[in-house]
Amino acid sequence: MLKVDEIQKRLFKEVAELHDIPMGAYNLRANGKAIGRNSTANVEITGKEDGSGIDIRIKPDTKNESVHIPVVLSESGLEEVVYNDFYVGADSDVVIVAGCGIDNCGGKDSRHDGVHRFFLEKGAKVRYVEKHYGSGDGDGKRILNPVTEVYMDENSQMEMQMEQIKGVDSTNRMTLAEVGKNAKLIVKERLMTHGVQNAVSGYKVTIKEEGGSADVVSRSVARDSSYQKFDACIIGNAPCHGHTECDSIIMDQGRILAVPSLEANDVDAELFHEAAIGKIAGEQLIKLMTLGLTEQEAEEQIINGFLK
Amino acid sequence: MLEIRNLSFQVDDGKEIIRDLNLTVEDKKFVVITGPNGGGKSTLAKLIAGIEKPTAGQIFFNGEDITGKSITERANMGIGFAFQQPVKFKGIRVIDLLRLAAKNAYNKQEPSVKPLADSKAKPLHLHFEKELSVSDACDYLSAVGLCARDYIDREVDASLSGGELKRIEIATVMARKTKLTLFDEPEAGIDLWSFNNLIRIFEQMRREIHESSIIIISHQERILEIADEIVVVADGRIQKSGRGSDILPGILGTDAAVGTCFGKNGDKVC
Repeated sequence: MLKVDEIQKRLFKEVAELHDIPMGAYNLRANGKAIGRNSTANVEITGKEDGSGIDIRIKPDTKNESVHIPVVLSESGLEEVVYNDFYVGADSDVVIVAGCGIDNCGGKDSRHDGVHRFFLEKGAKVRYVEKHYGSGDGDGKRILNPVTEVYMDENSQMEMQMEQIKGVDSTNRMTLAEVGKNAKLIVKERLMTHGVQNAVSGYKVTIKEEGGSADVVSRSVARDSSYQKFDACIIGNAPCHGHTECDSIIMDQGRILAVPSLEANDVDAELFHEAAIGKIAGEQLIKLMTLGLTEQEAEEQIINGFLK
Repeated sequence: MLEIRNLSFQVDDGKEIIRDLNLTVEDKKFVVITGPNGGGKSTLAKLIAGIEKPTAGQIFFNGEDITGKSITERANMGIGFAFQQPVKFKGIRVIDLLRLAAKNAYNKQEPSVKPLADSKAKPLHLHFEKELSVSDACDYLSAVGLCARDYIDREVDASLSGGELKRIEIATVMARKTKLTLFDEPEAGIDLWSFNNLIRIFEQMRREIHESSIIIISHQERILEIADEIVVVADGRIQKSGRGSDILPGILGTDAAVGTCFGKNGDKVC
């Protein structure tokens, strides 16, 4: 059995819904060290020679397998940068669960910067789930600066669900993607900031070849005095379809800057963007109050639904 | 019983929308409020539900003065309100809304399974302590003419048509089983075919009214026809009120009563 304390257990549960050792391939990292690793016949996980991260190699035609690589930090003042590379074989169909939980009860900042690179071969299909979570009442900040790079070959598909709902003080996320022929990228981002948190989320998606498509959708809620910036650029270099949408609820003294942008370098590139920021509609609150909910309960229901 | 005494409502620029209005709605009554647009009907309904606050006068519900009570308090006392324009929610599904409505149902139902007489038997969970089941939710949707399976997991957002939203609105209000239910122009914004189905729903509600009462704001002749009482509101006042059979003949052909085949301005629509 792995040595995991109660705080770490809770963090693993929050970010990867893990109650026990996961099925399939996994790499569990706590306070800067790998504490458990398992490869399977089709998924090989190895440490990089310089110790800076791991390589995950998924064999072609691997179907219905999952890979869990959650990270938790429970020591105050720990700062780390980790490089993880995923090589996803042709025609495979896998679920990858990542995520990072930080509990900081101390006075020093804790930071995890994960750099994930995905190389999808022809026809590969990946569902990627990433959750970020922070807890602890120390003065030290909980900081996450993930960088994600996705390289997609012909007919590959990548669906990314990225969620940061609670407790991360500062995040600066950058996602870069290159979409090949008939490949399809779907991003669903959910973000909620509170207190004096600061969150920046940037996307640069380049659709390089004919038939490629990208759909980048973010829903966010900024409460208290938090600040968010959403900056998504979709570039179409071939006949393709691209869409980005940022839909935000603003509350209290929250602030949001949404910068969707498009660049078409081919006459048959069809690109769209939408952005909307507003407070909770008064009529939504009133409707739920006529069903017997208090104003606060109504607000919670509306936000829960919005971020679902 | 609902009792409205000397109710007035003035907007900020001084215009009086409701003027010294008095109205009593007894239990077990199906009352239709009608009258020209801009006459104050919707405002009156909002004042009863607590969405607007009156500038003068009082509202009593079952003998209790509710004038100072909030929307939530009134809802929990047993007042239901179906909006003229249903509200949309991103991410909230039809089943979620029905569950919220049923969870806060006023007339908590009798347990569907009675505990066994044997005192050693485990206590059974009472019906109302459980979340509304999918099959119960489906019953409410079927009652408003929606094929439940197609709708239960849909989000209550712009992907639904006006007629669909309207029926879901009515289903959520039905799920609350309230003592007094207000419907603000249920016919507004829906096509004629949907409307004919809606009439059947209201006819059924009329038959199964039990101890509750229903107030509908409507111009539609077919709804006026099934009213126990008709109240004609114009210019913020009650112009006339009384038994449906007495009032209806005098208002047919006016703004207050529109035949099913005619739009509000008299254009033939079918």
